[in-house]
Amino acid sequence: MTQYLLRRVFASIPVLIGILIVTFVIARVIPGDPCRAILGEKATQETCERFNREKGLDKPIHEQLIIYMGEVLRGDFGDSIRFSLPVTRLLIERLPTTVELSFSALLISLMVGIPLGVISAVKHNSWIDVITMVWANIGVSMPVFFLGLLLAYVFSIMLKDTPFWLPPSGRLSPGVSATPFYEAWNLTIPESGLLAATCQFISRLNILNALLTFNWTLLKDAIQHLILPSLALGTIPMALIARMTRSAMLDVLGQDYIRTARAKGLRQRAVIMKHAFRNALLPLVTIIGLSLGSLLGGAVLTETIFGLSGVGRILYDSITARDYGIVQAFTVVIAIFFVIINLLVDLSYAYLDPRIRLE
Amino acid sequence: MTAIAEKIPSLDSEGLSLKSVSLWQITWRRLFRRRSAIVGMIILAILILIALTAQWIAPYDPIVPMMNIPDYPVQNPRARQAPCIHVLGCPRDLPQHLAGLDGNVRDQFSRLLYGARLSLVIGISTVTFAIFVGTILGAVAGYLGGWIDNSIMRVMDVLLAFPSLLLAIAIVTVLGPGLINALLAIGIVSIPAYARVVRASVLSVRELDYVSATRALGGSNFQILFRRILPNALTPLIVQGTLGIASAILDSAALSFLGLGAQPPTPEWGSMLGAERNQVFTAPHLVFYPGFAIALTVLAFNLLGDGLRDALDPRLAHVS
Repeated sequence: MTQYLLRRVFASIPVLIGILIVTFVIARVIPGDPCRAILGEKATQETCERFNREKGLDKPIHEQLIIYMGEVLRGDFGDSIRFSLPVTRLLIERLPTTVELSFSALLISLMVGIPLGVISAVKHNSWIDVITMVWANIGVSMPVFFLGLLLAYVFSIMLKDTPFWLPPSGRLSPGVSATPFYEAWNLTIPESGLLAATCQFISRLNILNALLTFNWTLLKDAIQHLILPSLALGTIPMALIARMTRSAMLDVLGQDYIRTARAKGLRQRAVIMKHAFRNALLPLVTIIGLSLGSLLGGAVLTETIFGLSGVGRILYDSITARDYGIVQAFTVVIAIFFVIINLLVDLSYAYLDPRIRLE
Repeated sequence: MTAIAEKIPSLDSEGLSLKSVSLWQITWRRLFRRRSAIVGMIILAILILIALTAQWIAPYDPIVPMMNIPDYPVQNPRARQAPCIHVLGCPRDLPQHLAGLDGNVRDQFSRLLYGARLSLVIGISTVTFAIFVGTILGAVAGYLGGWIDNSIMRVMDVLLAFPSLLLAIAIVTVLGPGLINALLAIGIVSIPAYARVVRASVLSVRELDYVSATRALGGSNFQILFRRILPNALTPLIVQGTLGIASAILDSAALSFLGLGAQPPTPEWGSMLGAERNQVFTAPHLVFYPGFAIALTVLAFNLLGDGLRDALDPRLAHVS
């Protein structure tokens, strides 16, 4: 198992290097001059030359690449040209919004998708099965941005003045504020460094922070704001997961060992959960891994619709504004996150199916 | 026995079928047994019909505002006017607008009809491009193997390491916003999927006896690859391609929604929705109809793709 793990980790190194190169190249070939994008169209030649020298943009492109890769390895993503702030700080500010959104979307899709898939496989061809599959087909075909607007319309306009009303935008209502958990606990954290970054990151995950500080108003408000975006974002993976669970379960339920398990008198519940579901997990894990990627892409759209300032939003804005530092840093972080997920998916294969380890 | 053979002319004297049935005939028959696939094909047929006849069935021009249309009965038509349907009680003396007017006082229904044309072209052209490039890359990688295989597939891995919509956004920014560039971007990000499918099929048959036989008979690499090996990749490609059209339409609508794809005044569903998204609370019809159109088109391709996958799956042969 250790050997398998090491081999898989090493195999992702070339991909990571490739990602660094691709993001660097994309950021550099975006047409337009960063100097004039930042300082304005009227910046003089001399001003621009000084600007380029200061930002290291006058060096040959391969030198810039090497400098950049060195910096990234040290965890330094440079400064954002537009915000004049270290990119790492922006990451700490924006990443939690997207992380919270993606995870709640994934959570919803798993909690609804898996049970529905299992039920429709067990009750194959029943009305539950038919309804679930019709619904799943519609779900995978829904554009995220359309579904988001639809939900906002239904829950914020049509259900106004009812208990089911939900806010159409933002992370928190005006007036609701969050005290970072370390301040509530009277902890003093260092000004900068990994510990400070981690603490700030966690404190910006509103739900987690609310739980840590026992702030129930904050918790309720944060959850209310999160429901619609995560429903919009989670519907496609939910439908995919329901379909995949159903077909994997159907595959497994037809196997001989399921008949054996039934023949020796096991309860239906034990047959389904212990014998069938465990073996249906393998294809399911693949879909979950793939879904996380589409969640991150869909986050751009969801954040646009629900007015959330997360990673997707800042990335889109920075590409349009040619803010190299942010584009590189955020794409690298997302891609690395994605590579790690794929690695975890592969490792869970090995965990779920011992035959894979031995290959 | 001979009596049976006389009664049923397609049977020989031993009662065996004489008529050979090709894979496509079997697939076709199985496809028609699946209700969902039939629904998908019906929706698609309607969409294709709309796309082909848009210029005749659309009541107005999709780009010209109502003010500039000669003989338009209303003096100052209001932008974002709600749908006016005569059979649903809209006064007869008002001009009929099945889906209302948009922010630029254009007939939304006509724009929706023209949008069908664009969506189908977008879906099919990006997937054709991606299949073409992906097939060549995958076939070369799988057939030649070695360092060529390794380097091609590592590049594909890197492309797959980015969420596809984000990569497409980045590529469009490099190329500049516009419909053609958006199509190219979506085409590029979908290449790896096809390259992988083709490579896997090539690897699975490369060492089989009939390929060796062709090689022993002096067949060229080109002949072996294109006539002996690639036909095996056809069925997975068809399934992947049909489902790929669905996601290409979704992604291009998303790019247009963000303002990176089709530019105004092109009647593209995604950009129609994007342009009016802030009006969802005041003029919901401008958001719902385009969104519904996108969802319906994507649904049709998804249903057909799923049906094809089941129909082409030899493991499900007993079902027919």
